[in-house]
Amino acid sequence: MSWLSDFIRPKLQAVVRRPAVPDLWTKCPGCDRMMFHKELEAQLQVCSACGHHLQMPVSARLKLLFDDGSYELMELPEVEEDPLRFRDRKRYSERLRLARADSDAADAIAVATGRIGARPCVTAVLDFGFMGGSMGMAVGEGLVRAAEFSKKHKQPLIAVTASGGARMQEGILSLMQLPRTVAAIEDAREAGCPYIVILTHPTTGGVTASFAMLGDVALAEPGALIGFAGPRVIESTVGETLPENFQRAEKVCELGMVDVVVPRSELKPTLVRVLAHLTNGPLPSPEDTGESSTAVAVIA
Amino acid sequence: MQHFLDFEGPIAELEGKIRELRHLSGESDLNIVEEVARLQSKTQLLLQQTYAKLTPWQLTQVARHPDRPHTLDYVGALIEDFQPLAGDRCFGEDHAMVGGLGRFRSRSVVVLGHEKGRETAERVRRNFGMARPEGYRKAVRLMRLADRFQLPIVSFVDTAGAYPGVGAEQRGQAEAIAQAIRTCLSVGTPIVSVIIGEGGSGGAVAIASADRVLMLENSVYSVISPEGCASILWRTNDQADAAAEALRLTAADMKNLGVADTVIPEPVGGAHRNPDPVLKSVGRHLETALTALEGKDPHTLVAARRKKYIDFRRI
Ligand SMILES: [Zn+2]
Repeated sequence: MSWLSDFIRPKLQAVVRRPAVPDLWTKCPGCDRMMFHKELEAQLQVCSACGHHLQMPVSARLKLLFDDGSYELMELPEVEEDPLRFRDRKRYSERLRLARADSDAADAIAVATGRIGARPCVTAVLDFGFMGGSMGMAVGEGLVRAAEFSKKHKQPLIAVTASGGARMQEGILSLMQLPRTVAAIEDAREAGCPYIVILTHPTTGGVTASFAMLGDVALAEPGALIGFAGPRVIESTVGETLPENFQRAEKVCELGMVDVVVPRSELKPTLVRVLAHLTNGPLPSPEDTGESSTAVAVIA
Repeated sequence: MQHFLDFEGPIAELEGKIRELRHLSGESDLNIVEEVARLQSKTQLLLQQTYAKLTPWQLTQVARHPDRPHTLDYVGALIEDFQPLAGDRCFGEDHAMVGGLGRFRSRSVVVLGHEKGRETAERVRRNFGMARPEGYRKAVRLMRLADRFQLPIVSFVDTAGAYPGVGAEQRGQAEAIAQAIRTCLSVGTPIVSVIIGEGGSGGAVAIASADRVLMLENSVYSVISPEGCASILWRTNDQADAAAEALRLTAADMKNLGVADTVIPEPVGGAHRNPDPVLKSVGRHLETALTALEGKDPHTLVAARRKKYIDFRRI
């Protein structure tokens, strides 16, 4: 081997290969099957072999929920940035910069308005890809804005959760987002707005200990990990061994903590049905809501 | 047996000498009296110097000191005719969360608080102050009781956090905490919380989403323990001091950040060395806070409390 193959080739390989391989194929965490990205996208990020629900990008989630895949993103106001000037092995400001470079979002939340089942709704979606969906002031602000919009326009409020919990790098300010989000959501609920939570993998910590567990109706995706303390914390802190399927959506539902576990293909129609009943309104036909029914057909 | 913290080594040594001298001075000789007085003033000075510049990690240890006054000490000192109330009417009674009815300075109140317990058996019975869902559901029940009878709520916060156990998870720990926060933010009666020791994350804010939050000078309030934070962000357990520093968890920090309204000073050497003035002082501050909130109608109270949190550090 020459210096050429040692130094030039690996670099070249990196340039040529990196964008190609990992982006086009994904290994199913459930059954290890390799899946082509187009196939996964068409199947709403659900493995066709084993039914495993992979995490869904925020934009795909919004497209899935809103009629005709059409929605308007709410512009969220700025929040204080790194007020604690937090630094661990890395500066928090640096971690934020990297996360933003990776995601083109400003933080771990998107809020969108549009129609769901022909009904105007506001939806807040947490982005696990952005620092583990952790809740700091920006996520809190997004929830508050969504709840305020809901209250003002008397629209149902929908929260799609995926989060490791509070954002440690914002210290106590992240803990204050628990009462903050709950206060905003209670205002909307008391104004008569239905509040629906869709729990996706994983939803834990400060997010479950606040707005995520307070839905008028709680839907959960199959296999989603839902709990307060993460499994590792439980094992290491109290040394208890975890029962099978511990904190998995199906088990959590069995224990009475959520209303129903809904496969992604059924999520939209289930949400529309629940909203129709809670508002005592009509149940629109799939054509009215732009349901192509192809996505559903592929899964079923 | 007095419990000394790591950084109190020199103080422990001096106090040990004083005890020894006193033990020896059966025949009460003048030299010993003088020597004891000299050592005592030296100890006092050392305490002053040590406690004037505690690091956040040292403060955390003071906040966790087993001899600090606990919730039941405050209840004993400040609440008359206390009637403990038990149970969540659902699963059980959680001894980590105490609560009941009592009279505070001529008004009846509902009292809530985490209780860590003192002797080993008691500490185990109280699960070291780490409440399970039953504890938070009991808190919800008692807050609703307070709402129904228009009694102010006083809560004492002293917990490492909500208990992270399998059973607690299975019975809905997260939901129980969320409901407690929701109830704090929905009762039409004044709520005043005092962080007396450790304010550990969701388990603390569950009973501290209040109109007024008071903090003892050597108490801490944090989203995660310094050890937990270090193990996640530093990937090692021996960086708890760095994590404590970064988290900004002291009472002074809470006042600066707008989380706490008032910091209640402690005597030199901390509340665990001299609890009586602290118990009295907490009583005075509670009285001031409650008086300012009384007489407001329930809707105004709830609206103001929610607004306080919704507008928290909003630009
Ligand atoms: Zn699979």
